[in-house]
Amino acid sequence: MIRSDIIKTLIPVLKDELVVCNIGLPSQELHMMGDQPSNFYMLGTMGLASSIGLGLALTQKERVIAIDGDGSILTNLGTLPTIANNVADNFILLIIDNGSYGSTGDQATYAGKKTSLAAVASACGCDTVIECQAEDTAATLQAAKDSGKMTIIVAKCESGNIPVPVIELDGPVIKHRFMEEVKRKNA
Amino acid sequence: MSVSDQIVDSLVRNKVEFVTTVPCKQLGDVIDGCEAHPDIMHVPSNKEDEGMGLCAGAWMGGKRPAIIMQNTAIGVTVNTLSSLTQFYNMPLPMIISYRGEIGERVAIQAEMAVHTKPLLAQLGIQTYHFHEPDDIRDLDSILNHTYMTRKPTAVLTDSNFWGGY
Repeated sequence: MIRSDIIKTLIPVLKDELVVCNIGLPSQELHMMGDQPSNFYMLGTMGLASSIGLGLALTQKERVIAIDGDGSILTNLGTLPTIANNVADNFILLIIDNGSYGSTGDQATYAGKKTSLAAVASACGCDTVIECQAEDTAATLQAAKDSGKMTIIVAKCESGNIPVPVIELDGPVIKHRFMEEVKRKNA
Repeated sequence: MSVSDQIVDSLVRNKVEFVTTVPCKQLGDVIDGCEAHPDIMHVPSNKEDEGMGLCAGAWMGGKRPAIIMQNTAIGVTVNTLSSLTQFYNMPLPMIISYRGEIGERVAIQAEMAVHTKPLLAQLGIQTYHFHEPDDIRDLDSILNHTYMTRKPTAVLTDSNFWGGY
């Protein structure tokens, strides 16, 4: 399975959830397969999906799922200690780890070599870290939702991409409809 | 009352409930004040762009955010200010220790000092420079203006404002 196969299996599990999605193809795939107003597509700041997700989880009560990639986590590796030390049990970080920078042409990342992001997350102090295989991702995410505990999931999959259209929504439109969902769910 | 205490008071008075910080020696008392105040959630960042991500999430979560950092961070965060804070129309007060100005003792600090205002101007970021301790009187209005405009705002606080090194 490649990342887009995982995202396809996640759509029912993500329904009506507050989702903060990673730059590039992950957001484009999520937008194509399961657009909803409670998706925040982070379009231009590689590495910050987990930070945005944590900030959101710490400041309101509804569950937040951040979908990130191995390359983006490596870009903002400082996010993991911040997450570990500011526990938000309404926060799930799903790292889809295909061992490559998918959006830029599948260049290899160090996560596909010697570096284990699950081990890094644990070393940073994250209490619940689960590494799973691609086909088990949806079930693992559902279990993390049910647990009510802050969870870091590292889902291992193959490298590769499918053709997807770019997202043509304006930034303030993405933000506005997302914030309306945050308000509605917290009301 | 010290300028540090006045900054924390202004944040609280303006309902700034989420503050992230990357340390600078000059900002030490402000950071301690944020950490200690019951009305402020203080989440330290490892790098300023990470902090701006946290602030974006906090804003969408319904809280007024602010970041406290050194001016060298402007060099770190150009893309984030442009592609996150500005692209999505989010407010972000940045209370910045302006190192490398008159009175500075560490020569290298002047290198980013000379780029700070040109970078902010190039980014079209509304910028205020606190040089005298009394300049603090404008902070309430600046915070209010920042949230009203949904834009990032830089408040540069130089050595003279802090009473020298």
